[in-house]
Parts: sequence; C-alpha cells; structure tokens
Amino acid sequence: MSLLDIDDRLLKLVELIDFDKSPIDDIKSFSGPVDIGLIEGGCSNEENVHVLQEFRKHCKILISIGDCATMGGIPAMRNNIPLKECLDEAYINGPSVHNPGGLTPNDPDIPLLLNKVFPVHEVVKIDYHLPGCPPPADAIWEALVALLTDKPVTLPYELLKYD
Amino acid sequence: MSKSITFTIDGVEVTAQAGQTILQAADAAGVYIPRLCAKTDLSPFGACRVCTVLADGRPQAACTQPVSEGMVVESEIPKVQQIRRDIIEMLFVEGNHYCMFCEKSGNCELQALAYRFGIVAPKYPYLFPQRELDASHPDIFIDRNRCILCGRCVRASKELDGKNVFQFVGRGPNKKVAVNAEAGLSDTDVAVIDEAIDACPVGAIIKKRTGYRVPIGQRKYDSKPIGSDIETK
Amino acid sequence: MNKATKAAVTEICSQYGNDRGNMMDILRAVQERLGGIYGETIDIIAESVSAPRVEVESTASFYSFLSGKPTGEVVIRLCNDVIDKMYRVDRVAAAFSEELGIGFGETTADGKITLEWTPCIGMCDQAPAALVNDEVMTRLSTDHARDIVASLKSGREYYKLPHELGDGNNAHKLVHSMVVNHIRRPGAVIFADFQPGAGLANALGMTPVEVIRCMKIARLRGRGGAGFPTGLKWEFTHTADGERKFVICNADEGEPGTFKDRVILTERADLLFEGMTIAGYAVGSDAGVLYLRGEYTYLRRHLERILGERREAGLLGENVRGKKGFDFDIRIQMGAGAYICGEETALISSCEGLRGDPKNRPPFPAQKGFLGEPTVVNNVETLCCAARIMEKGAAWFSQFGTKGSAGTKLLSVCGDCDRPGVYEVNFGTKLSEVLEMAEAADPAAVQVSGPSGEMVAPGDFDRAISFDDLATGGSIMVFNSKRDLLGIVAEFMDFFIDESCGYCTPCRVGNVLLKERLDKIRSGQGCPEDLDYLQALGETVKTASRCGLGQTSPNPILTTLANFRQLYEALVKPATGELLATFDLESALSEAKAIAQHD
Repeated sequence: MSLLDIDDRLLKLVELIDFDKSPIDDIKSFSGPVDIGLIEGGCSNEENVHVLQEFRKHCKILISIGDCATMGGIPAMRNNIPLKECLDEAYINGPSVHNPGGLTPNDPDIPLLLNKVFPVHEVVKIDYHLPGCPPPADAIWEALVALLTDKPVTLPYELLKYD
Repeated sequence: MSKSITFTIDGVEVTAQAGQTILQAADAAGVYIPRLCAKTDLSPFGACRVCTVLADGRPQAACTQPVSEGMVVESEIPKVQQIRRDIIEMLFVEGNHYCMFCEKSGNCELQALAYRFGIVAPKYPYLFPQRELDASHPDIFIDRNRCILCGRCVRASKELDGKNVFQFVGRGPNKKVAVNAEAGLSDTDVAVIDEAIDACPVGAIIKKRTGYRVPIGQRKYDSKPIGSDIETK
Repeated sequence: MNKATKAAVTEICSQYGNDRGNMMDILRAVQERLGGIYGETIDIIAESVSAPRVEVESTASFYSFLSGKPTGEVVIRLCNDVIDKMYRVDRVAAAFSEELGIGFGETTADGKITLEWTPCIGMCDQAPAALVNDEVMTRLSTDHARDIVASLKSGREYYKLPHELGDGNNAHKLVHSMVVNHIRRPGAVIFADFQPGAGLANALGMTPVEVIRCMKIARLRGRGGAGFPTGLKWEFTHTADGERKFVICNADEGEPGTFKDRVILTERADLLFEGMTIAGYAVGSDAGVLYLRGEYTYLRRHLERILGERREAGLLGENVRGKKGFDFDIRIQMGAGAYICGEETALISSCEGLRGDPKNRPPFPAQKGFLGEPTVVNNVETLCCAARIMEKGAAWFSQFGTKGSAGTKLLSVCGDCDRPGVYEVNFGTKLSEVLEMAEAADPAAVQVSGPSGEMVAPGDFDRAISFDDLATGGSIMVFNSKRDLLGIVAEFMDFFIDESCGYCTPCRVGNVLLKERLDKIRSGQGCPEDLDYLQALGETVKTASRCGLGQTSPNPILTTLANFRQLYEALVKPATGELLATFDLESALSEAKAIAQHD
C-alpha cells in the first residue's frame, strides 16, 4: 500500500514500467519474466513459500518491503509461542471463540502454517530491503528510480527507518 | 593537571589527558566512536564491543583501553566498521526488537546505530528467544525482549542512585538482567526518577504512560544520526 | 522454609565470617546442605553477609554446580565431552536414566537423586566418567551404572560406593579414589623425585630479585597455553605498589581433554606448594590461594594434608624455613563448575565471591588483581617448574626443550590411542612422536590444546610442541579416520556456548550463530557461501571478544575450515531451486503437519 503513497509519481512510474502481477492490476500469476518484484509481508505459511518461489523464479530483482518482510513484523510475535498454543488460542480457547466441536480447521485446502514466521530473506534470496512500518513512500520511489536509472540503491538517512 | 598525551585516530593527531580512555579522548576531540554500553558518568564496562578499534594494531574496546603516547588508533577502517556492523546485527537477531511499536523507537541507541550503519536487514538469522516481562511496578516496566545486556542500568543504579536494583544472573545465552527482589520490580526500592531508568539505551526499561509522546520526525534520531552531537563539537 | 533450615543457612554464613568475599564457600556449603539455592535461602544469605539479594543470586546462578532449583541429596554428573561420547557414554547415560526412571536434568520423585550432564571433568584417559557428588567414578559401563544406582537406592552413602582403588596417592585414605594416574612417561622436571624444601632453601638464600632473574635465565614461560614469561610476570607483581600481594595458583583445569594438573595435584602437590611459596617470596606476598576446580573436590583433603605437613615442617607459616620476615601460607579456594574461571581475571572474580566474569584489562592482575592488590596467577605446572628451577638451577632447566621453549611440557593424551595418559616430553617433540608414544594406530586428526586450540591434519603431524609452533596447555585429543570430525566440532561449539559468561556480545551471540550454521551444513542444508559466512563470523568473534574464551571459541570451526576444508565442501551444495539451501520447508511445516494430522 505504501507504493500508492508515492502519489502522482505513480503516473510517472507507469510510463517507465509495466505492472505484471500486482494488486493494482489484480493479475494473480506471472505472465512472463519480470525485472523487479516487490514483496511485502513475512513468510508464515506454505502458500507464502510458494509465492516467494514464484517471485524468485520470475523476477530478476527482488525487493522486500516493510518490516514484516524484512524481520517478520508483528506476526512474528508468535515465533516464541509454540504453534499448537497459537492455534488453540485462535480456534479453541480464545475468549470470543464459539467452537463447540473444539476442532482446529485442517482442511487440506487451507495452507499450513510454518512453525514460525520467517523474514522473506531467510526463505529466498532477496536483492534489496526497504524496511519501515510502513516504509516511507520516498524510499520506495528512490529505490525504483535508482534501479531504473542503473544507479546504486542506497537509502539516505531520513528514509531508513524501522517504524 | 594531568599529563598531556598525543596520539592519532585514523591519522589525525589528537591531544588527550593521561588516564583517559580512547573513547573519552575521542569524544573530547570531536571524533565519534560508536558505542552502546559506554555512557558518560558510568564506569567503563567493555561489554557490547561496538566501540572496538585497533590500538597499535590490536583490537581493543575504546571504552576501556587507556590512551598512551604515540598510540595509533584505527577506527573508521573497513575491518573495524565491519566488526561493529556485525555486532549491531548480532544484537538485533539476539533479542525480539519490534521497532514498529516500541516506545523507544526514534530515541533508541541500538536502532540509531543501525541507521547510522545503513543496516536494512541483518545477515544473521533471527533467534526469536523467549524473554520475560516485568510490569509489576506502577510506573516502570521491564521488557527483556529488547534488552541488550549492556549493564547500564546495573551500573547506574549502583554508581549514580546508590542502590542495587539491577544485576545480571545466569550466564551465556541465558544471561539476563534480574532485579533485587524475588517477586519483581515492584518489591525493590527503584523509583521512576532513578538514573538507572534513563540509562537504558533501548526500550528494555520504560516509564509507563510516557510512550509515543514525541511525534515522529521530532525524536532524537529521526533526522540526525547518533554521534552527531560529538562530531559537531 | 522451616526454622531449622533458616538456622542452618545462618550458621553456614556465620561460619564463613558473614563475609561476602567468602561467597563461593558459603554458596557451596548451602548447596551441599539444602540441595539448591533459591527463594528465601537467597534472602537469608544476602541478609547475613549484608549484600543485595540480587548480587547473591548473580553469583549463585553463574556456576553449574550451584542449582537454582531443588536437587537430590546425590547428584550424578555424567561427563559429556567428546572423548566420553567416543567411549559410549550414551549407553551409560541410558542405563542411569532407565534405572533411576528420570531424564537428565531431573530428580527422582523421592527427591533423592538428580541426574545431570557436565562438561569435561578431567578424566578423558579413563572415560566414560561421572561425578557422584564429589566422588569420581571412571571407566563406567552400563553394569557399573546399574550397580551405582542400586547401591544408592539401597541406602548406601555416595562416598561408600564400592570401587577399586587407583595407583599412587589415589589409593591414599584421604583420596580413596578409583582414578588412575596413567603417568606414561615421567620426565626430569615434573615427575622426577622431589625433596620438599630443597628448592625453597636455595630461593631463600637469594634476594627476591635474584629469584626472578633465575626464572628469566631459565626462560620459563607459562604452561597454561599463552606462554607469558614467568619471570616478567613476577617482576611486574614484585615492583607493583600494594598493601598486600597475592599468589594464586590456577588449578581450574577445564580445557576439555586436559588432566595433567590432576596428576600433579595427586602426585606432586608438594612441588606445587613449594613453587607457590617461592613465587610468594619473589613477589613479596604472604598469601597464596590454590583455586581448585569443583570437579577435583575429591583431592581437597589430600591437598590440605600436604599443606598441614608443610606447615609443621616450617615450609609454610611465619618465618618460612627460618627466614625472618617471610611469612607465607596457602589456602584452598574451591570453584563450582565454570570453565571461564580458568581465565585468570575470571578466576580472581570467583575468588572474590563474584560471578566468574573476566575483568577489564588494564589494569592487569600484576597491578590490581585479587581484592584490588597486585596478584600473580600461575598455572599448576608453571609453579612446579619454578620450584624445580630453584632446586636444580636455571641452566639445568633450560637444557631441556628449545631456544624459545625451555623445559618440558606435560601432555594429556586421550582419544583414539592405546596408551592414553600423561606424558612429560621435552619442548620441541614432534606431534608424530607423541602419537607414536601413545600408540595411536590410525590418527586422522588431532585436536591440540583442546577446543580452544587447533584441529591438526596428518600433513602437519611433524609440527613440534612448542610456543612457536604447536602451543598447547597440554590437551591432545586423537581422532581416528572413522570419527565424524564436524560432529566433534559441533560438540566443541556447544561447549563454548554453555561456558560463555555472556558478558560480551560477540562471544554470547556469535557462538550461537556459528553453531546454527554449522548444524545447517551438517544436515546437508548448506551452500558454498556458508563457508565464507562461517569464516567472516568466526573472525569477528575472535577479534572482538573480550577475553581468551571468546577469542578462541571459533577455533574449532576456523581451524577445521583451514585444515579439513574438504569435509565442509563435501556437504555444501549450491541451491538448485528458488529456495535458499538453509530453508527447509519440511521441517518448517513439521508442527503444523502434526497438528493437522496431514500425512
């Protein structure tokens, strides 16, 4: 969503690039090789792993965007609690839960959770990181401009933030 | 008046007083050497190792090593900068540092050092340890998830407050800060005005009901890197 | 807590003068009496010695022989170092576990017996070994384990467990131990015959400065491994200003694979105490401390007896050997299970009743050591050499060995060899000669100087034992071609993780990270870049750590990367798919699969 915060520069960007798979054009799968992939969110279930694999396979350059992608973020707060305890709290013991059957959903179609939430760079190779919660829109802009103009991606002090 | 000593830091000649540590002499000369466990008014500790320099070619903690006549100190060289960077990254993966909701964010020295070093993500895997909180005290809480074991609270309580509220227990990866009461912080003689509370460089010891008061953009390290105050002397 | 227990703790504290400086003795005594130090016990100790509660807790929580939870009247500590594992301590462990019905770290339901692991207890030449409280049981079999448990369960006292008796002083009634010396090769300096008082008489006939000069002429260097010139160390302490000066003998032999000091303490304690007395005279000290590792508690009464004999003979006490104005006595300070206390400043912290954290240097112990006073800390073997130099002369001593490394060196050889034990060899002896003496049939790798030293490959077996080449505190562990060397490296890293004091970042965190990546590589999840990662991380830990422990802790990895690189290369492979080699989807899904009960 921070990408949208680059505001009218988005229009400038559109002239330089094509969006392939993205929430903007709502394309769900890659149509072919891509130059730059932006990833947000930590890697917390098997489907996320699959998405990361797809991104790595199709993108020349991968950028992780935001604290969830770079360090796991808030979802990673479950990492020092056993997964069983997390699921029991969510589906059985939680104060607002009504689940007379006492079952944890286990339909094979539901992606299985990983034992812990991984920063994406612990799952696939990531070329650049843009931390922040959210990352400043200017950081995304600067990074994309640098890549498009073949310059090194370095964040000025004001744009490197973890919050 | 103590004896005057001349030595160099990265080739620049610096004058110091005999008995000063490299860090003290560098500070006085307007040269910033990154540090976490060292704090003015507290005894040198030598724990975090972020202030590592080469003194006459040997690695030393600048906060504990005294200067000597003709000493050659190397600080901003790639080898030393790499060590510092590695140590900062180690501290990030060792604890659970959720900057996005930490009360200390923007004023945190660990975070500020990472900014100064341009760290975007650590090369080491996160360890996600299990750590204890202590919210028993009405005005202060301890969040050990953020503790970097710098010992500043331990020393400040002893040396500045004349108390013994904090001390280390356990060893190795199980080492942690404990308080001087079995039940928790509320059973100690700690006070919210104690120097030990302000001494924490990270968000491990926090005054309750004071978080997020300073807007983003106006916090200590939002626009100026840590160490700027020393460098602009 | 009942009144009687309270009274017991109070009494122990008062017995040690309610002095927080005696904290180690107090804590050891309380541990022995109550089986643990926690809760109100800490408050009573703190009150008795007028220390903050958290300071007592800080010290108590540091040492592995002091427990923060209740333990049994008998604690069985089974040694889990790599040599014991090679001698199948796992089977012995299983037998103990089965007979007691508990796992490691647990106590039987009746609260009587606790089972624990412990790192090297200095018995690698007679592994597998265990401590039953302070009683040492060696060459354990599963049958022994069952017998020990049966005896204890039948109500027999732990110190009355039936066992054979070892050789020499091990059989003495004050030791009464099954430990054997295994002195395979006595040399001229340490294990030659010794007449108490001879060296001391010569020393007292000289001035302290002359004694120090003798050490310099003899070119005596510290035997702990670092090799600092002893004469210089003594001179610094001699010339330092202080109200009092101290001589501390470091008998905290904890480097895995080392046991030579144990044999000296058993058979040549007299020589050692003579060396300490000479050191006391040279530096101007009236007080010596023998810091004895907790694992060697079984030698304490024997050592006290010899100290008593020396007092009676006028070799300790006031006006030693009639020398007016030279008063010197020695006391024993027990440790409580912490490898780091072998580091001299950590040892001093421990003597002061504190956590075994190393101290910042400078000031060095020679300037400000024990209780802030000038202190000389020497290794057991070094002090024995000093006594012998005074007895037979500097020139006699320096005829042995090489130019840079005078004298002899005690080696503790263990592992895959037919004659494990203690060898006194001249410096300059080649490693290959040592292996031949020890009858190592198939040596494929030798760990010289313990985990903190170097893993040496066969191509380097002609290197010499000396300060300039293969420096060693004495540990020589031999591994044959069937051993899993990287598995051994992993064990060594676990050892350093457990024994790090946690004071500085690189050692506390770096070793955990090194081990994490080593494990990944060993399980086939490593890629070639991981070798550079280990190298860089290892160098940072080595360079930036605060004390000798951290500065050497990456050595198991760094020296095998250098000398046995092919072992790593055989395990790593470039990632083939998109996922990183270090990310294992199967193990990352293991918990969810178990919960969902999918396949």
